[in-house]
Amino acid sequence: MKLLADKRHPCRDIRSRDMPSYVTGWENRALSVAREEYAAAAVGLCQSEVGTLGRFRILLLLSPLVLLGGCSTVVLAPAGDIAMQQRDILVQSVILMLLIIIPVMVATALFAWRYRSTRTARYEPDWDHSMHLELMIWSVPLLIIICLGAITWAGTHLLDPFRPLDRISSKTPVTEEHEPLVVNVVALDWKWLFIYPQYGVASVNELAAPVDRPIDFRITSSAVMNSFYVPALAGMIYAMPGMKTQLHAVINRPGVYKGISANFSGAGFSGMHFAFHGTNDADFDAWIETAKQAEGTLDRGTYLDLEKPSENVPVRYFAGVDPELFEAIVNMCVDSTKMCMKDMMAIDAEGGLGLAGARNTLPVAAENRRGRGAVFGPRPSYVASIICTTDNPGGLLAKDLPRPGVPPIDTELSLPLLRTSTAAPADQTDS
Amino acid sequence: MRGAAAQQVAEEPVFYLKDEHAHAEGGSTSLGFWIYLMSDCLIFAMLFAAYGVLGRNYAAGPSPQDLFDLPLVAVNTSMLLISSLTNGFAMLAMEKGQVKLTQIWLAITILFGIAFVSIELYEFSHMIAEGATPQRSAFLSSFFTLVGTHGLHVTFGMIWMATLIAQIARHGLIVANRRRMMCLSMFWHFLDIIWIGVFTFVYLMGMLR
Amino acid sequence: MPDSSFSQIVFGRLTLESFPIHEPILVVTFIVVALLGIALLGAITWFRWWGYLWHEWFTSVDHKRIGVMYMVLGIIMLLRGFADAIMMRLQQAIAFNGSEGYLPSHHFDQIFTAHGVIMIFFVAMPLVTGLMNFVVPLQIGARDVAFPFLNNFSFWMTTAGALLIMASLFIGEFAKTGWLAYPPLSGIDYSPDVGVDYWIWGLQIAGVGTTLSGINLIATIVKMRAPGMAMMKMPVFTWTALCTNVLIVAAFPVLTAVLVLLSLDRYLGMNFFTSGFGGNPMMYVNLIWIWGHPEVYILILPAFGIYSEITATFSGKRLFGYTSMVYATIVITILSYLVWLHHFFTMGSGASVNSFFGITTMIISIPTGAKLFNWLFTMYRGRIRFEEPMMWTVAFMLTFVIGGMTGVMLAVPPADFVLHNSLFLVAHFHNVIIGGVVFGMFAGISYWFPKAFGFRLDPFWGKVSFWFWVGGFYVAFMPLYLLGLMGVTRRLRQFDDPSLQIWFVIAGFGVFLIAIGIAAFLIQIYVSIRDRKKLADLTGDPWNGRTLEWATSSPPPAYNFAFTPVVRDNDAWWDMKQNGYKRPLEGFRPIVMPKNTGAGVILAGFSLVLGFALVWHIWWLAAASFVAVLITAIGHTFNYNRIADFPVAEIERTEAERTRILAGAGVAS
Repeated sequence: MKLLADKRHPCRDIRSRDMPSYVTGWENRALSVAREEYAAAAVGLCQSEVGTLGRFRILLLLSPLVLLGGCSTVVLAPAGDIAMQQRDILVQSVILMLLIIIPVMVATALFAWRYRSTRTARYEPDWDHSMHLELMIWSVPLLIIICLGAITWAGTHLLDPFRPLDRISSKTPVTEEHEPLVVNVVALDWKWLFIYPQYGVASVNELAAPVDRPIDFRITSSAVMNSFYVPALAGMIYAMPGMKTQLHAVINRPGVYKGISANFSGAGFSGMHFAFHGTNDADFDAWIETAKQAEGTLDRGTYLDLEKPSENVPVRYFAGVDPELFEAIVNMCVDSTKMCMKDMMAIDAEGGLGLAGARNTLPVAAENRRGRGAVFGPRPSYVASIICTTDNPGGLLAKDLPRPGVPPIDTELSLPLLRTSTAAPADQTDS
Repeated sequence: MRGAAAQQVAEEPVFYLKDEHAHAEGGSTSLGFWIYLMSDCLIFAMLFAAYGVLGRNYAAGPSPQDLFDLPLVAVNTSMLLISSLTNGFAMLAMEKGQVKLTQIWLAITILFGIAFVSIELYEFSHMIAEGATPQRSAFLSSFFTLVGTHGLHVTFGMIWMATLIAQIARHGLIVANRRRMMCLSMFWHFLDIIWIGVFTFVYLMGMLR
Repeated sequence: MPDSSFSQIVFGRLTLESFPIHEPILVVTFIVVALLGIALLGAITWFRWWGYLWHEWFTSVDHKRIGVMYMVLGIIMLLRGFADAIMMRLQQAIAFNGSEGYLPSHHFDQIFTAHGVIMIFFVAMPLVTGLMNFVVPLQIGARDVAFPFLNNFSFWMTTAGALLIMASLFIGEFAKTGWLAYPPLSGIDYSPDVGVDYWIWGLQIAGVGTTLSGINLIATIVKMRAPGMAMMKMPVFTWTALCTNVLIVAAFPVLTAVLVLLSLDRYLGMNFFTSGFGGNPMMYVNLIWIWGHPEVYILILPAFGIYSEITATFSGKRLFGYTSMVYATIVITILSYLVWLHHFFTMGSGASVNSFFGITTMIISIPTGAKLFNWLFTMYRGRIRFEEPMMWTVAFMLTFVIGGMTGVMLAVPPADFVLHNSLFLVAHFHNVIIGGVVFGMFAGISYWFPKAFGFRLDPFWGKVSFWFWVGGFYVAFMPLYLLGLMGVTRRLRQFDDPSLQIWFVIAGFGVFLIAIGIAAFLIQIYVSIRDRKKLADLTGDPWNGRTLEWATSSPPPAYNFAFTPVVRDNDAWWDMKQNGYKRPLEGFRPIVMPKNTGAGVILAGFSLVLGFALVWHIWWLAAASFVAVLITAIGHTFNYNRIADFPVAEIERTEAERTRILAGAGVAS
């Protein structure tokens, strides 16, 4: 265990006792063990972090909240560079505001005491205006907000989750050697799916990444809105169906951290968390190797099974992943009889499929239906993909349906449409 | 300022009105109704916004070019505009105190309103028969909702008009009824303005694209 | 459920299983509520109060009575919303170490949704609207609001919405989506049950009332001010009420529209907020917050107005910086429309959009800060009497700055990314809503209670309530700030990190303290009614007030002022007292007053039935009640006989009685 060798931390012992080796037993580890791990890690890791707070240390000591919190306030003592910078901005904004908050609170208490009616301090019942004071009460907050606004503008742009990293930590810039680790994240009801396209593996409810390597998360959701959040790593970003959000982050210290969904998503929401392992390179390779030895691959059929609602799902690995799966998830066409969103958008940009397209829908299969559908609406249905077969290379529906008054789709448009759909017939086992 | 105040104090300040100027009943009605219209306008603004966001999401279904029949909509628009004109005639008749004529013009306005709503319903049924249902795409959902909400307003306006014809028959053109005529007329012209927005942004711009 | 069976035609999707008879908590609650209800109805019948209640209260178009009814509604709903809070805190305090707690997600998810919805729509809104209704016409020297019948109707629509939400407790279930019901989760696919429909129709019905009441109060303030009261001579509470109602009228239609769109998705299968047919759930989030952020200011602005009145009155001093106070209010009103996106920075709108909305949000803190300074300098060189209203005000000033600070922290997008949806956020908005709005409501209640009822609230129990509320607030919510910094997010039903438990237990204890505060408030009302002779306010001006409402008797007569006052100064009543005002004793004239009407109750009753029928898909009932609403409304317009003269003899009798009481109190009339 290389990451435990570091002796700087007094709390290492607790951690090493509770934490099983990374190399053995990845596949057998139940989720509950993972939970214990990061609980212990959370207690331990922060002690090292207080030191790096540097110039904010005095302020933190001033704040009774933080004192009370001891060391487990992960937001104030994260392990990733992005979260660290976000923490810094948080602390800077607090300092700026305390410049005015503290005097106001002191003055409130002071005036309330000094001018209470049982005393006979100076009383001026008609004094209600002072240009100097008015100037002060508008301009001082304004100045503070100007400073804060500047910090906000710069910080928001620098820490935009869509922006690739330019530094690993405050001392190390990103160079060409740092090939980002791409992780495709899918929020399912109610578990997280992580796909590693560069390694061809996937995992459920467990995420691993080597320290000091930029991570490029691409995030979507299968059904409802969730929010992908690893507090120790970086701020959250929503996971939304039919959309892809991005998060660039890096973990700087090995450890096991908690990952959660931060946006309520239904009955199984509370159990929708995962362990995030920040590891050294060797342990990461071992983790990938473990995943590779798992049974089963993640193809469209497996995904459609996995997608069905389930709660408190244990960790699971897939040795292989359909390389087109994530794009299909984002485009909501894993069931290949469904039209992909990007195809739909391309068709819409060209003006739709005309009246013929109006009936180009299929009912949702009974076993996939989540509800009865709207009481006065049609049965739950979806827009059917334009199925390309060897008999109909131009696309079955587009070509065969009569489209009065509208010229037929030209090949330039239809060919790109078919790209995601061509793989369809082979995988249609599940729908 | 200070001088005036001092003078007031000097000559015994007045703290209450001895001669009550009674607030006329309904004195705030036209302001209140204006505010209501603005709030209704906001509802339409939201529906326009929804149409603006979703209006091109045909979900690989039909688009405005496939569905809209501009000549029909033009006829429909003229029905509504003429109804506004006849409503104006009703107001003129009211100003002259002609009870019967006011009622007749209101009735004619209702007839044009019925024509408008009927043509709209015909258009809807035609689209639905062709498979372009409100459920087919976000474009159609927002189209049916925007146009349908306007149609519902017109329908309620007609119910109001019929009610007012009865009330004028019973009480004549008394102050309360004149006030109601005023509000109704504002409501009706307001619906006209909304329709001009619908015609321009939904129909014309839809066909132009 | 068999299709088109007889029972489905008659009862829609309402079946025996819709009644939660297998849920012990709900059954016990139902029994308790039913017993209390029967006891109450029995008592009303026994004492023959029905006629009195119906003629004097339910059908009343008197703004003062309607205001009081709003307050009663708000306080009753506070008990319900607070019960939800206790259940949530208890669940989160015990659901550790693998324990499921005592609430399954089916319950817990309904409870946190109901808590939010009820506290905002049916506690804070009625309390705010009630105070505005009661105070504004008195402060501007008017006899009633511009549209008295509409006022009664608005109140009953709000009540109907509240009743529909309450019905979901025992018939079916409430939404399990969070208080703003984001789709796709609130769409028909993921929430096929009645919960979201209860939410939609409850809010829709109450929203009609709120919008109409907003229109009503704007027209009142613009049109019905006493002669001499220019806009810049209006009391600050009236100013904040005006701005609040402008916000209501400009924001609630947005809610109405977005609820319509969501119900079209749910009932007709349209595709505004679904994903497969080109709809866009993000549009919902934007639209609902375009309503939702102004809503925050709808609640807080009147509270600011209350603090302004109280600070000036109890410091015995003119309000410092009246003009800047007014402009600050107006600036907040306008800016509140430019910040909605800060509720979802984490949606990924891009850095420039996020920073724009972050900075506009921070800018709001400037006028808010200015207001705080104004109160501060009103206290400066004053003679501060620490009666209950002033205590709430000082507690507010100290508490609200913390909430303001955490709010600005959340307005910085990079900081929001780590704190969004966390318990830090939960602590923040409770800090501003409890520390701002709730404290303000209690301040306002204790300030204007003597005006409404003719006797003051008991100071001892008031202080008990105050200290438990304030202490309880800090104990309950400071741990939540901390938990947020520990990366704990909201709406979680169970936890697996045992080190968190202690903080949840402390927070639960804080809620217990607040419960004592609420109990003390109820005891305070009881004790005050019992000791009303001792606490009586005979002068009509118990606090040495400054604005017009203190010029009339407590409680004011139905016509408010026998003679319309003439205003010369912002502090009109203070000016009168300083400059030799003599109460007129003769020369009364008849006053035109609106007549009471039952149309509002009936219309709201049918609307309630309509909402219930729509929730349960009982189409015949929906159609019937809709037609009934229409016929009642049209029928009401045929009633031209809506006003009556208030006879001179009656006025003379009332005013003579007041003269007698004033003489008895040793005050020269």
